[in-house]
Amino acid sequence: MISKILYRGAEAEIRLSEYMGKTVVTKHRVNKAYRIKEIDRQLIAYRTKEEAKLIAEARSHGVSVPLLYDIDLVKGAITMEYLAGSRVKDILNSIRESERKQLCVKIGESIARLHNHDIIHGDITTSNMIYLDDRIHFIDFGLGCKSSELEDRGVDLHVLMEASESTHSKYSHCFKDVLVGYTKQFQGDASAVVEKIEDIVRRGRYR
Amino acid sequence: MICLGIEGTAHSIGVGIITNVKGHCQILANLIKTYQPEKGGIHPREAANHHATFIAPLLSQSVQAAGVDFADVDLISFSQGPGLGPCLRTAVTAARALALSLEKPLIGVNHCVAHLEIGRGTVHGCHDPVLLYVSGANTQVIGFAEGKYRVFGETLDVGIGNCLDKFGRAIGLDFPCGPKIEKLAETGTQYLPLPYSIKGMDLAFSGLLTMAEHYVREGERIQDVCHSLQETTFAMLTEVTERAMAHTEKQEVLLGGGVASNKRLRAMVQTMAQDRGASFFVPSRDVCVDNGAMIAWLGCLMYESGLRMSLEDSLINQRFRTDMVEVTWRD
Repeated sequence: MISKILYRGAEAEIRLSEYMGKTVVTKHRVNKAYRIKEIDRQLIAYRTKEEAKLIAEARSHGVSVPLLYDIDLVKGAITMEYLAGSRVKDILNSIRESERKQLCVKIGESIARLHNHDIIHGDITTSNMIYLDDRIHFIDFGLGCKSSELEDRGVDLHVLMEASESTHSKYSHCFKDVLVGYTKQFQGDASAVVEKIEDIVRRGRYR
Repeated sequence: MICLGIEGTAHSIGVGIITNVKGHCQILANLIKTYQPEKGGIHPREAANHHATFIAPLLSQSVQAAGVDFADVDLISFSQGPGLGPCLRTAVTAARALALSLEKPLIGVNHCVAHLEIGRGTVHGCHDPVLLYVSGANTQVIGFAEGKYRVFGETLDVGIGNCLDKFGRAIGLDFPCGPKIEKLAETGTQYLPLPYSIKGMDLAFSGLLTMAEHYVREGERIQDVCHSLQETTFAMLTEVTERAMAHTEKQEVLLGGGVASNKRLRAMVQTMAQDRGASFFVPSRDVCVDNGAMIAWLGCLMYESGLRMSLEDSLINQRFRTDMVEVTWRD
């Protein structure tokens, strides 16, 4: 089985390999020597299981995510479909303004679909979105959870807002387009979520 | 140019005198006087009174230690924020008075950015780090990205030092509790599960604190609770730092702030850095804690890059955001 490291993130290794004749991606949460074994093992097992559960559930509600093939809680590994697209982080700054607007609206719509089913992604950054087949695919649900709380939905979007300001600062105004898409697709009170985001910004220390 | 810096954001009042030697900060003097509360935490007004009492003698002692005269000082720099209002106001009043009487320029600096710049200015090899800034009041992961100093992650409630102090107070330790907790943790053997609370790139310590206090009430060994508290909070800090490094693709990590003296935290961050093939830097203790030299150094960098401040610009800002600083001295 040929295996190639696609990406080595802070938390996990993403390997491209073969599984039952298919090209797959294995997300393997690596052990970290800096933390004690009790924390390391528990954190890895918990995050692996939670992520797999959320991916499966997101898919069942029509949100684009990788298809799951295998899970190993001891190794901290999830084997899933390989998405041959581009990270939104890598394309957002270089596409035309009109395309960027459209993309951001789509992002908002996808997040709304998650929130409609109480799925909180937990780490919505442009590094965690793959653009493929004109759809936004979400990856990395490791910090996600199930919640219907307004606070959690607000924080979910706020993380994206902060991430865009740090990484796409020239285009951070595009977050407004994300909210347009979100408002269109969200089945609850979207204005309450938007207000919550403003509240979170105000709450931030030293703001 | 010789720059004098006054630090007074919280419990320490510090005066530092430095010169810029080819991009390296040469410290001529760095004196600090720290307010020790009799019991409880830092009371802002009492700390400010402490600073007002000691700033004048500290200034005289600093020039003497540096082997210079007041007339030789070319620039007066002060900590403009963030911090405790009364303390900031005491430091800035001294700075303004000094600048006016010496007829020298005045410049206010951001305290968090100063912690980063002193690392770049004094630690060999440190050029573009991610800073894990951990003090009583502040817990921020800062890095230079797209022209600004950005906060990649920070505490949503209290600073890690404050969390440790609160816990220490609850178990009857004297301020500062950090070093005592570190000592107790050394003989901790059992890990007691504590909530690992990271939201995105931000951290929350209140829940952890509540649980730790609960363990103490339930009769768990203090050493084990201290050990568990350190291991959990430091792992959280290390993780957020690592994620910031991965996100910004920076290969250096710098520690700053009073809590950076904790050997366990240093060891963890160093291990993380090594495993990433990155460099780990920690400045000497005298510039890790709140100090005047780092204020002088940043003021010098800002002034030499062309920044000027009038008296009107010298208003303090308790909520001075790291990302509000106009960075004119870096590419």
